[in-house]
Amino acid sequence: MNPVSSFIKKLSILFGRKRFGRDLDEEMAFHREQAEKEFLANGMTPEATKYAAIRQFGNATRLKERSHQVIGFSFETLLQDLRFALRQLRKNPGFTATAVLILALGIGASTAIFAFVDAALIKPLPYPNPTRLVDVTESLALFPRGNLSYADYLDWKRMNTVFNSLEVYTGTFDGLNTATGTEPVPGERVSAGFFRTLGIAPMLGRDFRAGEDAAGAAPVVLLSYGAWQRRYGGRTDVVGQAVSLNGISHTIVGILPKEFQFALRDNAEYWEALQPTRECEKRRSCHDLYGVARLKDGVSVASASAEMKSIARQLESQYPDSNRGQGASVMPLSDAIVGDIRPILLVLLGGAGLLLLIGCVNVSSLLLLRAESRRREIAVRGALGASRLRLGWQFVTEATALVAVGTSLGLVLADGGMQVLRGLISKDMMIGMPYLRALGLNADVLVFAVCLAVLAAMLFSMTPILHFRYSNMRDGLFEGGRGSAGRLWRRMGANLVVVELAMAVVLLTGAGLLGKSFYKLLHLDLGFQAEHLATINIGLPEAAFAQDAKVVAFEREVDELAGRLPGVQSAAVTNVLPVSCNCGTDWVRFVGRPYNGIHNEVNQREVSPGLFTTLHARLRSGRYFTDADDSTRPNVVIINETFARKYFPGEDPIGKKMGDTDLTPKSIQEIVGVVEDFKDAGLDQKQWPAEYQPFSQSPDTYFSLIVRTAQDEQTILPLMAAVIHKVSLNAAVEEGSTMTQHINDSQTAYIHRSAAYLVGGFAALALLLGVVGLYGVIAYSVSQRTREIGVRMALGAQRSSVYRLVLKEAARLIAIGVVVGLAGSVGAAMLMGKLLFGVAAWDAPTLLAVAAVLAISAMLASYFPARRAASVNPTEALRAE
Amino acid sequence: MAKNPDLLPGTLDMLILKTLTRAPLHGYGIALSIKRLSDEVLTVEEGSLYPALQRLLLQGWVKAEWKMTETKRRARFYTLTAAGRKQLGIELSQFEQMIEAIGRVLHDAKEV
Repeated sequence: MNPVSSFIKKLSILFGRKRFGRDLDEEMAFHREQAEKEFLANGMTPEATKYAAIRQFGNATRLKERSHQVIGFSFETLLQDLRFALRQLRKNPGFTATAVLILALGIGASTAIFAFVDAALIKPLPYPNPTRLVDVTESLALFPRGNLSYADYLDWKRMNTVFNSLEVYTGTFDGLNTATGTEPVPGERVSAGFFRTLGIAPMLGRDFRAGEDAAGAAPVVLLSYGAWQRRYGGRTDVVGQAVSLNGISHTIVGILPKEFQFALRDNAEYWEALQPTRECEKRRSCHDLYGVARLKDGVSVASASAEMKSIARQLESQYPDSNRGQGASVMPLSDAIVGDIRPILLVLLGGAGLLLLIGCVNVSSLLLLRAESRRREIAVRGALGASRLRLGWQFVTEATALVAVGTSLGLVLADGGMQVLRGLISKDMMIGMPYLRALGLNADVLVFAVCLAVLAAMLFSMTPILHFRYSNMRDGLFEGGRGSAGRLWRRMGANLVVVELAMAVVLLTGAGLLGKSFYKLLHLDLGFQAEHLATINIGLPEAAFAQDAKVVAFEREVDELAGRLPGVQSAAVTNVLPVSCNCGTDWVRFVGRPYNGIHNEVNQREVSPGLFTTLHARLRSGRYFTDADDSTRPNVVIINETFARKYFPGEDPIGKKMGDTDLTPKSIQEIVGVVEDFKDAGLDQKQWPAEYQPFSQSPDTYFSLIVRTAQDEQTILPLMAAVIHKVSLNAAVEEGSTMTQHINDSQTAYIHRSAAYLVGGFAALALLLGVVGLYGVIAYSVSQRTREIGVRMALGAQRSSVYRLVLKEAARLIAIGVVVGLAGSVGAAMLMGKLLFGVAAWDAPTLLAVAAVLAISAMLASYFPARRAASVNPTEALRAE
Repeated sequence: MAKNPDLLPGTLDMLILKTLTRAPLHGYGIALSIKRLSDEVLTVEEGSLYPALQRLLLQGWVKAEWKMTETKRRARFYTLTAAGRKQLGIELSQFEQMIEAIGRVLHDAKEV
């Protein structure tokens, strides 16, 4: 009754277990002897009495075990079971390794992807009451989430009744004077209530005050924690000091907390109070801001959206010139931040979950296979007195041990997988995803992994238990026992394997096509030679370089000095690097042709005369620019072949004139040359018409220096930066890169690479699963047909015909899987259309290669059970019955 | 053994305790006594006495001691303890309550 005293008694018996066992044995033997005596006295024969006594006594082994259970501790049975389970797993290293590997991969992949889901979707906004924050912008038919103009912002702020506060922000680059010259530092301009709206207070100093964002107020700035540590060594006396940004003195009023992040722009170091000083902010038609607001209590996103739309309509009728078509967009801030990646992540998670599920079913099929081969063991244990419960617990223990090992390994894989996946995200994209900083094996992720493990353990425990429940245990003693469960499983397993193989084919084809696209993309004829080119971006502060002449003089000197660097063959500048985008466009109109107001949109690039020779582009007709083509001379322009084909079909464009849509005299320029097309746009984008104008006739304060060198282009980058700073310390120089890096890191290459890697990873998993699944089904079928095979061999079947028998069954499944899969892959590849480049969805070499890889690995997997079948000894197989 | 109805669950302990109120007995003696006293209606799988006896020992309701039988054989004799006697009382009253309750229900059912 008393748990304490019974515990102490248990303990005391613990040290006298042997004696306890001896006493019990003697006592039971005595009992049986007495019973025998009585039977004898009743006139039974001596032989019969013995059995009668034993019958009357019951199963001695089981009763002894039950007595031991009474005095033992409950975890002792568990330990026994566990020891036995581990021994069982060690005895079958092939089974154990396969099951653990599948589990580890499945749980690893799901957990890694879940970690991203957790970081990105479950808690992307580290602010108080994040669900009340909304993203507020203007919207156009083409840009549902456009920018907000300053004048509209002021009206919206004044007229709305739905927001507690409405604030704006926009990114900027601040030219910061440092020891090595001017550095372009990412910054953010925000209206005064921005941090109060988010619910963030500076860790040091003070927040912006209302009115500090008005034109004419003293400029103030908050420092990010990172910038404070990196640039000021974390000194507290920086608060109150002045810093010069773009040549304007700002007072540092505070430091933002370490954990502060703003997903849309995380790398900003200086957070300035936004004063409407920029040219753009003085015009209602110029849009350069984003809005963020906190909803009033009880206001829904939908009603806020409706009110902002009606305000936008009022402004539209008030200012028809600037506000035509300008609507309003209000959405939860989390949608603005993770709306793009939510579907991708959910699809990935679904895919990983599906693979895990299939993996688990495969492991179950292996367990079933093993259960089948342990039928006799179980029956013997049952006959010796193991209770059903105890036998069931044995399976639970084995499953748990298996899952525990698999999950531990899976967590290690998940950690590695997260690093790989994070590596796929480019540095630029990482700036927009600060929530991924929290990525890792945190509590949420561990709980998720444990939940998966528990589900898997339950599945793996139930499989053999149900198997034995529905097949009578006593039949196990005779090998002939065949439950209908076996047949059912064979049919279901076979169908499942076909699905698995088909899925593997689809994913392998996808990976193959994406890989081939990626290869083609990187080996595309760019129209210029990308090797041995080094590039560096330069920004000139507008205050110091207000006159075009100054910019041109700067550019010429940099060009000249860079061209004389050791090993450099030539140097040139352009305002947009090749392989960037169809952007920086211009509308052109041709002199002497009727004009109907259509927008002839072409890429516009300002380049120095040496650009084409530096790139190794090819001149088709006419001439390149010379240094003489400057602002004192008539405007000239070079066009590409696509331009010539589109606007001068069957004509010689040289000498023709064009200008802006109004043909203002200033804009008129004469075509002096045609170059062969080279890639202005992203790798997979269409070639657009392009016009190249002399930098000296139309300078830009932001441009790139390109040099061609005979040596390693990486080593020339620091020298280029030094040259630029030698010409002007005010020039902001970004980190340079080689042209090959620029191409490899471009958005297009990034998307294709990531897609190829992700699909490739899934394909490898799917292939593994499909092959293991096939092995499981074939091996199970062989185990069930041992007798049949024995009979066939006894009747004279050759080993080769047994091989054929088994492999034929496998080949049928493989063939169906491959055919279904190939049909599916063509369909899937058509859906991926946009990601494919230079490869058709029905690319025969890829499809053939996939079919071959799958068929070979699947046949290999079925070879092992086939060999086992062929090595059946007919005498033994028949005698065993 | 298989022909006879099973014991009501939980009653084996009570029967053992009751049997021991007269005199200390060994396991075989307990089985015999239960069988005889119930006119062979109550027969237990005899071996199942032993796990039950271990349970009673652990609870401190019985004591065990190796002694010689009349036929000079070593046997383990079980004696009821004071705590065991108290426990028997509790179990008997609970059992009687239950039997009464069942009886009332059955009696009622007959009259309807």
